[in-house]
Amino acid sequence: MNSSAPIHPAERRTAPAVVAQGLVKTFGDFRAVSGIDLEVRRGEVFGVLGPNGAGKTTTLKMLATLLPIDGGRAEILGVDVAREPHRIRQLVGVTGQYASVDENLTGRENLWLFGRLQGLSRKRARATAEDLLGRFGLEEAGDKPISQFSGGMRRRLDLAASLITQPPLIFLDEPTTGLDPRTRGQMWDTIRELVAAGSTILLTTQYLDEADQLADRIAVIDHGLKVAEGTPEQLKNSVGSSTLHLRLEDAEQTARAAALTARLLGEVPVLTPESGGLNVALADANQAADVLIALRQADLGITSAAVRQPTLDEVFLTLTGHPGEPEAADESEATTPQPEEVH
Amino acid sequence: MTTSTLTHELTERELGRTLAPRPTVGDAITQTLAMAWRALKKMRRNPEQFFDVVFQPLLFTAMFAYIFGGAISGSVSDYLPIVIPGILAQTALTACIATGTQLREDMDKGVFDRFKAMPIARIAPLAGPMVADLVRYATAATLTILTGLAMGYRPDGGLTGVIGGWLLTVIAGWSMAWIFTWLGTIARSAQAVQGISMMVMFPLTFLSNAFVPADTLPGWLQSFVDFNPVSHVVSAVSDLMNTGQVTSEVWIALGMCALVVAIFAPLSLRSYSRKM
Repeated sequence: MNSSAPIHPAERRTAPAVVAQGLVKTFGDFRAVSGIDLEVRRGEVFGVLGPNGAGKTTTLKMLATLLPIDGGRAEILGVDVAREPHRIRQLVGVTGQYASVDENLTGRENLWLFGRLQGLSRKRARATAEDLLGRFGLEEAGDKPISQFSGGMRRRLDLAASLITQPPLIFLDEPTTGLDPRTRGQMWDTIRELVAAGSTILLTTQYLDEADQLADRIAVIDHGLKVAEGTPEQLKNSVGSSTLHLRLEDAEQTARAAALTARLLGEVPVLTPESGGLNVALADANQAADVLIALRQADLGITSAAVRQPTLDEVFLTLTGHPGEPEAADESEATTPQPEEVH
Repeated sequence: MTTSTLTHELTERELGRTLAPRPTVGDAITQTLAMAWRALKKMRRNPEQFFDVVFQPLLFTAMFAYIFGGAISGSVSDYLPIVIPGILAQTALTACIATGTQLREDMDKGVFDRFKAMPIARIAPLAGPMVADLVRYATAATLTILTGLAMGYRPDGGLTGVIGGWLLTVIAGWSMAWIFTWLGTIARSAQAVQGISMMVMFPLTFLSNAFVPADTLPGWLQSFVDFNPVSHVVSAVSDLMNTGQVTSEVWIALGMCALVVAIFAPLSLRSYSRKM
């Protein structure tokens, strides 16, 4: 393929939001990203999911012109990332995993400054700051210095700052890392509102439930490589079997019920920690009926029964060979070992 | 190349906005001023940043005049016309060191990631704080002159000469600050900038005619002193304040300042852009 030809020729009516082909980033001997392909469609939320150090943030930084691309190519809305960084910066709003707002300024001053820097008149910059503070529920905190902001408020201000020029594409790098569950829920609501308003979002996360909640499509990345891609449903289906979750009326009968299902399906059910609960792996979801009928015939009453698809956690474990939840001690993102940050 | 132009034009049409290929000079100026506003806000909220430019002029003027005055010029009042231009150059240079260390500290902060991701001129985050630092150079120069006057310095150049000397000090401070800004963009930490800057600052000030007449030095040292831009700034400030004449030294000093900017501004810009 001729490397100077655009990935998506102009004849095609609309270019996708993001196309990346064979992206590579090396830091010395370390290949942080070793050949990742991505295609983000317009108007969707695309999740890049992976553990710490998988290369998510590095990929995002290359697409946002914050790191030079060492190999491969990328286009955003038809504009070449490596060749036209200034144009790319006008198309993308970036919210980093650590709030990138000025500690010495108030919320209002931050938004005003970012507006002025991006060519708004003094008056428009003031009006936009006011509007965004209102939209993000920060009016009252507008005149407080950032040092008095809570973690959630900082993230919201950071996101607000990325929206000043209403960029068609928004990059969110681990938008809820380090937030408590309640604040995380609020952040999710904010992101859903953006999606409803028609923004295209590229999101990285190490939380499976976050990708499941927000993303239309997900790419799973591990050790700098894409290991899977699809909708959350597709990924779950790819792992295969569903599970029947049962809760017995009489916990004393758990062993009998387990023996019965084992005989029926040829597979030993897993007992769950709560009393009277057991999980039965099903090769086919229709087998659930067989199990329920057998239990009824043996006079074993149940309080609840549910057939569930595998969770993304299980998908993640299958795809990467290690559990998805990050270790608390490993909070510092290892995907960008920039030497100048080492003191 | 034509196809790529077409693609971005298509995107522009769809979005109903134009995408500038690069920032214009006008953009760069507005953005630099916005960055200067940010730096001034920061100064107002952290007044301890003025510690060096307030106390050093008072302390050094008094100390140098009383310690060296008798030995070098016979008396303190005879030494003042020599030492005041020297102290002016020295305090301006010290103020420059803070320009470099603060830039380094600033660059490690999260907000710089946002600056890099925004469509702004690469010079703005560097030049903005330097514009704001004009306030610091002006403070240092004013206080040095006032201390001198209080100690009995009576400049023969009169008011215009003193204003000229003051102005040249501020210009020289701003120009030399590019050296330290460059150090700020290449060093790994603020402490490193501080350390390297001291090693640059001491030879520049002491291996000049700032505190002693150059003709007392050995010949090989004199040739360095003659080349040192600080010597020319000191001579020029001295000419302006003590004679009121715009001598050739003034033009040489201004030329040296322009040369320093011409070398170190592009170097700073290059290493700052590479850091991203």
